[in-house]
Amino acid sequence: MTITDTSPTGPSSARPSMLQLASRYGTAAALLLLIAFNLVMTPNFLSWQTLNVNLTQVAPIVIVATGMTLVIATGGIDLSVGSLMAIAGAVAPMIFLGTLLPIDNPALGVGLAFILPILVTMAFGWFNGMLVTRYAIQPIVATLVLFIAGRGIAQVATNGNLQVFKNPSFQFIAMGHVAGVPAQVVLMLVVAALAFALIRFTMFGRHVLAVGGNEKAARLAGIPVKRIKVLVYIISGALAGLAGLVVVARNSASDANLVGLGMELDAIAAVAVGGSLLTGGRANIFGTMLGALVIQLVRYTLLANGVPDAAALVVKAGLIVIAVYVQQRADRS
Amino acid sequence: MFLTRLRPKSSGDLARLGVMVALFALILFGALRYENFLSSFNILSFLRYNAMFALIALGMCFVIITGGIDLSVGGVAALASVVSAFASPYGWAAGMAAGMAAGLAFGVLNGVMITQMRIQPFIATLAAMLASYGTALLLADNQSVSVSYDTAFTMIGQDDILGFPIPAWIALVAYILGWIFLERLPAGRHVLAVGDGEATASLMGLKVTRTIFSVYAFSGLLAGLAGTVLAAQFGAGQPTEGVGWELFAIASVVVGGTLLSGGAGSVGATLAGVLLLGMVFNVLNFENGLGWISLSAYWQSVIRGLFLLVVVILQAKIATKRTDSIE
Repeated sequence: MTITDTSPTGPSSARPSMLQLASRYGTAAALLLLIAFNLVMTPNFLSWQTLNVNLTQVAPIVIVATGMTLVIATGGIDLSVGSLMAIAGAVAPMIFLGTLLPIDNPALGVGLAFILPILVTMAFGWFNGMLVTRYAIQPIVATLVLFIAGRGIAQVATNGNLQVFKNPSFQFIAMGHVAGVPAQVVLMLVVAALAFALIRFTMFGRHVLAVGGNEKAARLAGIPVKRIKVLVYIISGALAGLAGLVVVARNSASDANLVGLGMELDAIAAVAVGGSLLTGGRANIFGTMLGALVIQLVRYTLLANGVPDAAALVVKAGLIVIAVYVQQRADRS
Repeated sequence: MFLTRLRPKSSGDLARLGVMVALFALILFGALRYENFLSSFNILSFLRYNAMFALIALGMCFVIITGGIDLSVGGVAALASVVSAFASPYGWAAGMAAGMAAGLAFGVLNGVMITQMRIQPFIATLAAMLASYGTALLLADNQSVSVSYDTAFTMIGQDDILGFPIPAWIALVAYILGWIFLERLPAGRHVLAVGDGEATASLMGLKVTRTIFSVYAFSGLLAGLAGTVLAAQFGAGQPTEGVGWELFAIASVVVGGTLLSGGAGSVGATLAGVLLLGMVFNVLNFENGLGWISLSAYWQSVIRGLFLLVVVILQAKIATKRTDSIE
């Protein structure tokens, strides 16, 4: 009796339940199913163009969702990412077009156009982090401030005007290719890989998970909880800024009214479908990437097969609910 | 016991007092500075337009008191505006019933996802937001749907009763009923108790699941009503309208001193929050009209954000002071 009780192989660990299997491999399985479905049903699916279209569409979402994964891992949320994208997207062209201040050296202008906007969005990320830690404001409300005001700042800065530009060296991050792969896809992979390494191999990563898993225990264990939280919001801000640059570079235009609109929801959906519980303590970067890919591929599949975009929204909604439901059930059993 | 009960109540009252004072100060500022600020035209058109947001914020207030959140209200209002526009040829009552039914349906869906499937409110209502926009766009075929002008449907949004806009009447009645419910009826006290602590409320024998389900259904119903007013006011069901309404409603509720952690909240202060945030835009328009400065409409979101910032920081300071004094 005592032997069976202390034996580590309980019935649940001996054979994982269907739910746990679905939770662990569901997103990957869904991706494979979608690809299989498309191979049969969608004409010309197996082409470089299809791959490129889907990957470039998903790149900014993955970049933002990576930061969101870290924030959510600490038990927070960042609603301001879409607005921060708009700010970065508004500031960058103002720098290399010289409307902000005259810069004679074009190389310097482009360099600053990469660096300054991201520094600005990092500062806003720091601001979010300060509200969350110093004033103990719930993350939803704290980041709601910049969600509302951030897009306004971008609109005021550009007076709501469309900035059109043609600057090949700046637009390399969206239009360029590295060894035949679109630069933004490379960027997406690099960002995801760095975040994966950060979570897996660094002290900071362990701290992030500890804070999200049990904040009080983390504090008692001597983890600098506040600093960790501020840092994840800064990272989220930086990645949102980067994604904003990618989007305006891809469009050859920056429209503060539209850049990053609704991005916070896409990013949160990707994280949820990718298997990081929104309650914190988990950061599945690879899952987030798969989640973003599944959402994108569902949309592509429906569009390519003549289903209107609006129906794709409904399907996306169902997908999010099912994914979260399965994960939570698996978590409880 | 008495003191610990009194303290949170008094600081909540302080926050509510704050929003009333700010609203009054802004009205005073407007009245002294602009000639036509208190003209009946300005007041009535202000109330007519902001009634929709007031309805949504009322539902949001109840949801937030239980510690939840409803992100779907904007999408549900858009869907309801389309549905009511389709039903408008059968009369104003049919249009209104159809719009409210569409809203209620999504509210019930939210309630089922949250109480039966145990999905976090944030995710469940996010999904409902996407689904309601999708449904609205499908029904309307991606276009706005003109309402029927043969019936009295448009009066819901455009006419007056006793010189007071009908949308404002609707909102006023909803707020009075909401206030009576929350402050005077047992079911309303249950909503507060659930927000204070679900486990405790459940041990006290309250029907927690039913209460939570009801607030989402109610929020959906009010969003449906707001969508109906939208369609009637602008003469069309608009499947792409309502973007960001949920966050505006949340901001109004928070500015009104209702804590997002649940358990406390005020219907009256929520109304004050809606009016305050709406008036920022109104004042901005008048200020531009004076010609001294020219602030683009884009400033309104910056200023609203600043308002929200000031309020949440003040709330946080009050809250930390409170925990300090209790400890």
